[in-house]
Amino acid sequence: MLSAASLLSLLLAVPADDAGILHALNRLTWGPRPGDVARVRAVGLDRWVEEQLHPDRIEDLAVEARLASLGTAGLSTAELRRSYEVPKDAKREMKQKQAAMGDSPSEEQLRAVKREMYLKLLPRMAGRPQEVIDELQEAKLLRAVYSERQLADVLTDFWMNHFNVYAAKGPDRYLLAEYESQAIRPHALGRFEDLLLATAQSPAMLFYLDNWISAAPGTDLSVLRRGMKKRPDPELPRSLGLNENYAREIMELHTLGVDGGYTQKDVSEVARSFTGWTVRGLRTDGATPEFVFVPFMHARGDKQVLGRTVASGGKDEGERVIRLLATHPSTARFISTKIARRFVSDQPPPALVDRMAATFRETRGEIREVMRTLLRSPEFVAADARGAKTKTPLEFAVSALRATGADLLSAREVAERLDHMGMPLYMTQPPTGYKDTAEAWVSSAGLLARLNFAADLAAGRLMGTLVDPASLGPEAGLKLGSPEFQRR
Amino acid sequence: MTTRRAFLGRGGLALVSFGLAPRSLARLAPLANSRGKTLVVLFQRGACDGLNTVIPYADRGYRAARPSIAIPVPRGNARDAALDLDGFFGLHPALLPLLPLWKDGSLGIVHAIGSPDPTRSHFDAQDFMESGTPGIKSTQDGWLNRCLQARPDPEATPFRAVSLTPTLPRALAGRAPAVALASLRDFGLGASSLAVSRRFEDMYAAAEAPGLRGSGREAFDALDMLRTADPAGLRPATGAVYPRGPLGESLQQIAQLIKAQMGVEVAFAEIGGWDHHAAEGAVDGQLAIRLRDLGSALAAFHRDLGSRMQDVVVATMTEFGRTVRENGNRGTDHGHASVAFVLGGAVRGGRVHGRWPGLAAGELYEGRDLAVTTDFRDLVAELASRHLGVADLSLVLPRFDWSPERFPGVLRA
Repeated sequence: MLSAASLLSLLLAVPADDAGILHALNRLTWGPRPGDVARVRAVGLDRWVEEQLHPDRIEDLAVEARLASLGTAGLSTAELRRSYEVPKDAKREMKQKQAAMGDSPSEEQLRAVKREMYLKLLPRMAGRPQEVIDELQEAKLLRAVYSERQLADVLTDFWMNHFNVYAAKGPDRYLLAEYESQAIRPHALGRFEDLLLATAQSPAMLFYLDNWISAAPGTDLSVLRRGMKKRPDPELPRSLGLNENYAREIMELHTLGVDGGYTQKDVSEVARSFTGWTVRGLRTDGATPEFVFVPFMHARGDKQVLGRTVASGGKDEGERVIRLLATHPSTARFISTKIARRFVSDQPPPALVDRMAATFRETRGEIREVMRTLLRSPEFVAADARGAKTKTPLEFAVSALRATGADLLSAREVAERLDHMGMPLYMTQPPTGYKDTAEAWVSSAGLLARLNFAADLAAGRLMGTLVDPASLGPEAGLKLGSPEFQRR
Repeated sequence: MTTRRAFLGRGGLALVSFGLAPRSLARLAPLANSRGKTLVVLFQRGACDGLNTVIPYADRGYRAARPSIAIPVPRGNARDAALDLDGFFGLHPALLPLLPLWKDGSLGIVHAIGSPDPTRSHFDAQDFMESGTPGIKSTQDGWLNRCLQARPDPEATPFRAVSLTPTLPRALAGRAPAVALASLRDFGLGASSLAVSRRFEDMYAAAEAPGLRGSGREAFDALDMLRTADPAGLRPATGAVYPRGPLGESLQQIAQLIKAQMGVEVAFAEIGGWDHHAAEGAVDGQLAIRLRDLGSALAAFHRDLGSRMQDVVVATMTEFGRTVRENGNRGTDHGHASVAFVLGGAVRGGRVHGRWPGLAAGELYEGRDLAVTTDFRDLVAELASRHLGVADLSLVLPRFDWSPERFPGVLRA
């Protein structure tokens, strides 16, 4: 039986004594490409790791050239909406037509109305709204396969999953590109508190977890004057009240963890602290949604959060709650456990998590330093850590594309294959995101989908993907589909 | 175990050239599972609002707590109001397709059902409801899988346990083999030759990681069986119209597997989108859209299976209910108890089972939610015992003091 390392050695022609480098590549990148091991050996493993910890020092022109081929490339949220969103009037007209069809129109009839609307609109649009999600997925795959800033990209994926936002909820598809490029990626190796604050104030998250409509109980917006400077979104319902959705998830999923020591009372109090953190321009055609604090929506009075008093204020209350949560010991432990699970093993060694959590506390949440503690640990390089992780569908597909040196002319087909493997990108609805443990991803259908991907890729049958089957050899499909290649 | 290669070495090649693998030959024997019963579990992920699904319209607390999203009191056959069930409860009008099943006694309801654990986390509550051990996170397997472990079946087919999901749900995790397949049509090794398929099979039979080895076995055994059967080619019975979308597709495929006698004993399907924190709606709205899908999918399934429903029970589950009071956004937040539908031939239908705790302020769980009066494990115990014939429930529900006296009584004894 071949070990994972030796099998990859065969595929990538790697000498066996480079196993340590191979392990690092398997964990800090989306998988080694032909020649990567030699390149890392040439600069030295430590120096290469240091480079990866500072992505801004790495030139990344090749991936930018590939991304430029996408229709949505470089578009701001406002431009995206102008080019791809169905205007509100047209949508309303379509709904009215559908409603006028009587008691029980067939689905064919309903679809015909929609088709008719698109026939009218499409000449003026760059594409259908669905194409925005398609291209988000394609851009993500292109970055994963071709970016030289591999660790930053792996961590961006990690945080995107940690702070999951579902692309198909309302206008979130138009907000996700900016969410990823402005709230997540710049902070992927930065300070956790900055990352948390950026997500908390992002229109994407404010909409996804409903905080934009959360207000002091009994808020009646109809008394507001037009033209107010800090006016709420004109599309907000007139009558508003408290919504606990974000308050619960920021504690359960983003910071403390479900066992991090908060109560239902804390959930309500955090929700009250965040009232008034809302978004303007969310429902206006072509507008750029932006975070605003609307004092009129804010619940007044002191709040008790995790045994501390958050004194009555305004926007700063939410900021104080963010600081409290970001620097809480439960957060240090929860985040460290999750990072170790991604980079070391499904059940990360507790001693390692302890040391990472200590670094987190001492540096006030410097993610780069937490990563350093992990990367320098004996647990990370231990022999039993090698090949200990089962790849998620995304990790599997991208690592196969990298191992074969594939030229992705279009990533559409790859994205669809991931759908079949149960991992549609940006499309997981619950705020928990995707699981990062083997048992979540090992299943009969999932396995067959991987084998099909492996065989099709190696034979040059994957649409939009160029490989050279002759140079890969007749066994490449079997190797990519092997149990060993499912591990990293 | 005889490997396929060894078999081929002993002269089995002729059979293979007819497209029949040796193990599938053995399965040409009667294929229905040994008891002939099937349990279908349908998980509504996101916490369904039980109070607007089966509406306690005669409870005085209901309307007061939901000024903008209450479903109106039944008015004859009006479709913009609750559909009366028993003078106290009414169905959401979007569930109209279920009303005939209620009337003919094949649909039962358990109200105020849920988990005793206080968590309002979707993730934990789903995990607990699928592991069958509320409050205990270390449980490795799911209760549905343990139902199979409790009654080992040497004649079992690879489809004894099947989930219509791309990955295996927590409820079916465990020692007993279970197949996950999002789509029967996609379940196969597309362009690969039989020879390549065999090499993959051998590689996975020798895999070091037990999870990969097990999934490989489940996948290839199921593929073998599908070489001689074509459930995906079966059309729905006349009049059975499944709604478009993932739920309709899942239930249609479960029906195909049952009709093709693939030996399905437990099947699992799921449907998300019940987390209505905002704009939940009343007669129309987000919840109504979901319920219309649910009701028409269940009704189509029932119609499609016809007399076979005598041996089938479908049960719905959801991780918790939602707040009695609507929130500030015409939605509801995370609550406690919800409602379960149980459909099938053996069901004591046409009635709402379980004790109604009431919506008066003093009756609410933590002052805000519908209280749980039926532990979901009591329903699990009844389904496992009366329908699947599991004798020793302590394996299915460890650390739970079960008793037939506490069964909700939704199945005929």
